[in-house]
Amino acid sequence: MSAAAQGTSKAAHGDVAPKKKKGPGALATAYLVIYNVVMTAGWLVIAVGLVRAYLARGSYHGLYYSIEKPLKFFQTGALLEVLHCAVGIVPSSVVLTGFQVMSRVFLTWAVTHSVREVQSEDSVLLFVTAWTVTEIIRYSFYTFSLLNHLPYLIKWARYTFFIVLYPMGVSGELLTIYAALPYVQKTGLYSVTLPNKYNFSFDYYTFLILVMISYIPLFPQLYFHMMRQRKKVLGHADDYSKVE
Amino acid sequence: MKHYEVEILDAKTKDKLCFLDKVEPNATIGEIKSMFHRSHPQWYPARQSIRLDPKGKSLKDEDVLQHLPVGTTATFYFRDLGAQISWVTVFLTEYTGPLVIYLLFYFRVPFIYAPKYDFTTSKHWVVHLACMCHSFHYVKRLLETLFVHRFSHGTMPLRNIFKNCTYYWGFAAWMAYYINHPLYTPPIYGEQQIRLALIIFLFCQIGNFSIHIALRNLRPPGSKTRKIPYPTKNPFTWIFLLVSCPNYTYELGSWLGFTLMTQCLPVAFFTLVGFMQMTVWAKGKHRSYLKEFRDYPPLRSPILPFVL
Repeated sequence: MSAAAQGTSKAAHGDVAPKKKKGPGALATAYLVIYNVVMTAGWLVIAVGLVRAYLARGSYHGLYYSIEKPLKFFQTGALLEVLHCAVGIVPSSVVLTGFQVMSRVFLTWAVTHSVREVQSEDSVLLFVTAWTVTEIIRYSFYTFSLLNHLPYLIKWARYTFFIVLYPMGVSGELLTIYAALPYVQKTGLYSVTLPNKYNFSFDYYTFLILVMISYIPLFPQLYFHMMRQRKKVLGHADDYSKVE
Repeated sequence: MKHYEVEILDAKTKDKLCFLDKVEPNATIGEIKSMFHRSHPQWYPARQSIRLDPKGKSLKDEDVLQHLPVGTTATFYFRDLGAQISWVTVFLTEYTGPLVIYLLFYFRVPFIYAPKYDFTTSKHWVVHLACMCHSFHYVKRLLETLFVHRFSHGTMPLRNIFKNCTYYWGFAAWMAYYINHPLYTPPIYGEQQIRLALIIFLFCQIGNFSIHIALRNLRPPGSKTRKIPYPTKNPFTWIFLLVSCPNYTYELGSWLGFTLMTQCLPVAFFTLVGFMQMTVWAKGKHRSYLKEFRDYPPLRSPILPFVL
């Protein structure tokens, strides 16, 4: 090898200007703050509803009915987040966000709402509780971030609570889908059989089983991604001040 | 004649990977890649990306050393593109699959449908027609891959073959399952619908072939030149007046015809997904035509006349 060559002048750092990420404008920021505040409030309503219903009944059973409507409303409302990514006011991937929101909406409507018999299952409470705590933290995190006043506590909570809430939510979801299976098979819910003029068939029972199986490769990936994010964000705790 | 010195650094780590001295000024990047390959046998030329700037675009194999903005000691950056596979291999594999798979369903090979239907044939003549059309389509594609297409790139990343084969083979199986099913329902409007569908299908197959021939003739054998395609004497190529990538337009048409012929929802899905992908490709091709040629005809759209 020859002695260190000069290299072309272009090899110097700073020659390629970093792509400047266009953040949301003032109007978009105001809208997003309102959106995230409303969502935080909505999930707080669900949390309070769960607690009040528990205190009133004295048992964990059947609490779904006390928060059914706000749950449907606010979870479905999260579809707007896909739009936010598509329009560019939020820097996340449309595909990833779409996938995450669709899976929630799927569980809310296509499983829990559609199969009445599972609504009284305890597994529903399990995932609803996990979602509620997660979303309250997540939406307040976004709210404070947009206002540039993120308390360390919220950041810490966002990147720590998932360690328990994620498996909790996944367990609740899987158990609920599993509980729905016999009813779907019996009634042929959302299923299409041959013959028909579109020459198409769909077996919702098999589809639900495939959905359950898909958790096996997907859940660990998402979980470990969050773990890596946690190390990255909280790892340099000494770089950030406790407040702001 | 002044010789050049060439050093090749890793684009990410900036490690010195190779030093070549006494390089001819008229050496091409392709030749430099071969020389680099000799010192690093695991990186055959097809998987080398050589650039002037670590984050810049890859240089072309045809680029000549002395015409590049480098001093007599040239520094290049290398990125490994990963294992490569030739386009021809990928095309042959991804097209042979559907051809064979469809026939497995057509002949009702065991373990697909109920045992009493094994090796029986459909009583609907449209099912036989569909098999002929589907098979013809993929045989045409295979022959075009072998004898017509002139590829710009020799290779693509290896992982593409798994992705592409899953797509083609998966959809072929899904469509074939329903079309050849014992409970298949023929088109509502019967013979009229099937006849119209066949006409559309054949028209678009001929059209698609005509475009492939026209594109081939733009490019002399063994070259990678790019020229603006124009309508030729063949009427099927007159669509070049309105569209940049009429091969995709005709392909869409063929599958619309096949959907109409079979009246099968999975076929419609396949057509839709294919259309979405081809639109992405057409827009990209259209954009690069516009960038490369100042005098590119303004009337043309990427894939659908006036619309898309």
